[in-house]
Amino acid sequence: MSPANTTRVNDFTIKIATVNGTGSASANTLLMKSIFRSGIPVMGKNYFPSNIQGLPTWYEIRITRDGHVARSGQVDIMVAMNAETYARDVKEIATGGYLVYDSTWPRPALLKREDITVFGVPLARLCNENFNGVRTRILMKNICYAGVLAALLDLDLARIRELLAETYAKKPQLVDSNMKAIQLGYDYARATFPCPLPLRVEQMTGTAGHIMIDGNTAAALGCVFAGATVAAWYPITPSTSLMDAFKMFADRMRVDRDSGRRNFAFIQAEDELAAIGMVIGAMWNGARAFTATSGPGISLMNEFLGLAYYAEVPAVIFDIQRVGPSTGMPTRTQQGDLMECAYASHGDTRHVCLYPANPEECFYMAVQAFDLAERLQTPVLVLSDLDIGMNDWMCRDLKWDDNYRPDRGKVLGKEEILKLEKFYRFIDKDGDGITARTLPGVHPKAAYFARGSGHTQYGAYTEDAADYQMVLDRLLKKWATAKKLVPRAVIDATAGAPVGLVSLGSCDGAIREAIDVLKSRGVGVDYMRVRSFPFSEDVERFLAAHQLLFVVEQNRDAQFRALLTLETAVEKSRLRSLLHYNGLPISSAFIVEGVLAELQPRQQVQPKGALRG
Amino acid sequence: MTFIAKPKVAHPSLPKNALGFTRRDYEGALSTLCAGCGHDSITAAIVEASWALALEPQNMVKLSGIGCSSKTTAYFVSGAHGFNSVHGRMPSIAMGANAANRALQYIGVSGDGDTLSIGLGQFCHAIRRNLNMLYIIENNGVYGLTKGQFSASADVGSRAKKGETNFQPPIDPVLLAMTLGASFVARSFSGDRQQLVPLIQAGLRHQGFALIDVLSPCVTFNDHEGSTKSYAYTREHYEPAVHADFVPLEREIIADYKEGETLPLVMHDGSRIVLRKLDTAYDPTNRTLAAAQIHERMKVGEYLTGLLFVERSENEFHQLNATPDAPLNSLAFEVLSPGAQALEKVLARYR
Repeated sequence: MSPANTTRVNDFTIKIATVNGTGSASANTLLMKSIFRSGIPVMGKNYFPSNIQGLPTWYEIRITRDGHVARSGQVDIMVAMNAETYARDVKEIATGGYLVYDSTWPRPALLKREDITVFGVPLARLCNENFNGVRTRILMKNICYAGVLAALLDLDLARIRELLAETYAKKPQLVDSNMKAIQLGYDYARATFPCPLPLRVEQMTGTAGHIMIDGNTAAALGCVFAGATVAAWYPITPSTSLMDAFKMFADRMRVDRDSGRRNFAFIQAEDELAAIGMVIGAMWNGARAFTATSGPGISLMNEFLGLAYYAEVPAVIFDIQRVGPSTGMPTRTQQGDLMECAYASHGDTRHVCLYPANPEECFYMAVQAFDLAERLQTPVLVLSDLDIGMNDWMCRDLKWDDNYRPDRGKVLGKEEILKLEKFYRFIDKDGDGITARTLPGVHPKAAYFARGSGHTQYGAYTEDAADYQMVLDRLLKKWATAKKLVPRAVIDATAGAPVGLVSLGSCDGAIREAIDVLKSRGVGVDYMRVRSFPFSEDVERFLAAHQLLFVVEQNRDAQFRALLTLETAVEKSRLRSLLHYNGLPISSAFIVEGVLAELQPRQQVQPKGALRG
Repeated sequence: MTFIAKPKVAHPSLPKNALGFTRRDYEGALSTLCAGCGHDSITAAIVEASWALALEPQNMVKLSGIGCSSKTTAYFVSGAHGFNSVHGRMPSIAMGANAANRALQYIGVSGDGDTLSIGLGQFCHAIRRNLNMLYIIENNGVYGLTKGQFSASADVGSRAKKGETNFQPPIDPVLLAMTLGASFVARSFSGDRQQLVPLIQAGLRHQGFALIDVLSPCVTFNDHEGSTKSYAYTREHYEPAVHADFVPLEREIIADYKEGETLPLVMHDGSRIVLRKLDTAYDPTNRTLAAAQIHERMKVGEYLTGLLFVERSENEFHQLNATPDAPLNSLAFEVLSPGAQALEKVLARYR
């Protein structure tokens, strides 16, 4: 990226450092949305603490006319509102960049950088003079910096007012007070600094047909549209907002207007063990049910996942991955549950996993997860992460096909049951490894006993070697069927290069940008984004067709690479890992550097370690 | 051990219930438990109660966890679906199943290990949620399948078969359930069929969480001298306090009980339980006093039995959730999925 002091319209990054619980989230959303409404593609990432009030929090807004969805790895404008992190925030600004700080308390000792431009705005003083009450003054101070940025970047104030009017539709007095704070900052900046900066925004038409939405909201919408009726969960960051969103949408779209009855059951469980138990009980009984959790919850659910695998009960689980191990960093992102989810539980177990790359895919994969779970009669885990789940992403409008009908799998109805002489739960009639099931309450002839203990194909308890093994082997056959049903990888082989990037999930945005950058530097690479486990057949082909493969993932132990070596024929020696696991979302710069360090080692001044970016 | 199907041979003269079913129609697979196991008597009582209530077998759902007791769901009502889940987690399976289809009759069978140790949390929360089910604990104070360790219901001073004495106080499911607000709490003994069968009938008809703790001696590991859960000890120390007669909807109440000693309770479906107080000082409708009395008697080694506490509950899970009367799993997809136009409206918020 070019230096910050050259003119760069609609292509730069702002980072805002504040303290959580001070209303900065409203200011940041306001900024981002007003840019988005101006037709300019924008990315927002929230780095927040596992805390309610008083700890450092950052918000990164990347204005990106080319529509990139990942971090750039560079900060051009820093709004430093938090004294505690001031020193490191100032350090992070790129050469030629800008610092906006609250000059009510001047900090000459910290302003030592010669290569940046410093704008001091007495935000606290301005707000103290114009607002009453301690809380209001703190909140307005943060709205005020949005006004400063509006002036510096040349944002349209009318658009900001319009957004405030929508947000506070029921409290018009708040529109006025917020607008007053915006104007204070705006006027001060216009009077004092050379507005607008060379880094500024200009109206575009790059967001038509797009929305700004987070993955948890999109996944929740998917669950509503897929016809899920039972939602059971235990609160855990960063998955909780998925359940909150489901409740919000269901309250709006699933309540019978005449009777007031709710066409869904919403159950806050006592823990994750109970949550998954409820999902299994409900899906065994014919409802579409799901839970949302994060790594620690998946650990707790292991036993039940094994039961559902072996007793062949559908279940849908959203794992919004966060940083592990153990409690880890609950408000930071990682792809650390890949291995755990693939083989969760003791004994020979393996689970269908889906890897959405963005909120749009969260929506569609939520629907697909229910179809796959019911078709395959097995748990399906959707592995999102905090970055996808809790950050607002620009993505294409979600579409719904009114012709969609759920795939309920092989569930025998009363008529089919009556035609049977006798029903046996685990006899594979058509060779796909999937056997017909029945639901309670339909017919006594269809009754069977679901169990996690050894059973025969007739559903009866067994400790007989051959009978046990027959069922276990049939489950492998079902796994082979799963391979054909899961979403295929997304492959971009336009470069036709001997080098390929292989990745999954939220790395996608950074990789696609990195591919562009590499191309501009004369390095062509192919790209495969894997979207499911088991790996679809095209995965094997892509791996075989490339001499050198960079496996990009966000964990320390190269879990995805391990899965590839376990489940495909690829030789380990052809796989190079690019591992990003510091808790921040991966940036394109990290990938570009990693690839070039391997391909052009001598041209690199210093190879960057995994911590960079 | 393999699955053994019971031969279905019914004598034509066997009595039939309102649905035309004989008791044999409510039986299941042959029990593989030890001969003389108290659990088999409870199974027989469930068969009797289900037959007497003329339940449709396919409308019953049998749920269990892990342990000797949890195996028994295979031994009754073979026409009902069963789910033998994982240790201590049956309540969550029951909750999910019930959420999906509120129209079925859920019977959970658990043991003292399954309920009071590994499953204590789920047990408590099922009560708290007032899950509409009958929950039977087959309580023998011992872990049978792992050969004789004390369970959390073992009494202080009770001696294990291998000679060890238990010093930790027991967790009593009856007192616990009463504390947690359960609306139907009973205790019985596997050897007292007269008491147990009507209790099961009433429990099945109760709307909300119904608990029956059944003392059920383990003949192999806990039936010796020094055990406080043996047949001999239980017979000597159990005190029927309240007898519950279950009166189905279609039968007239014959008022042969003396005024003041009986208390008829109307269930949600119109059937009744007539409580007959055997201990005049005991009041099964007063949660606090009843609990105090149960506790007092336990201190001297006596177990009060019968329907120890009952009240009409109006807050079972679905009532609070405001779910429709039709089971959630029966709702048409068109009712559930809002459609493309609705999605378009939702997206306006995200522009």
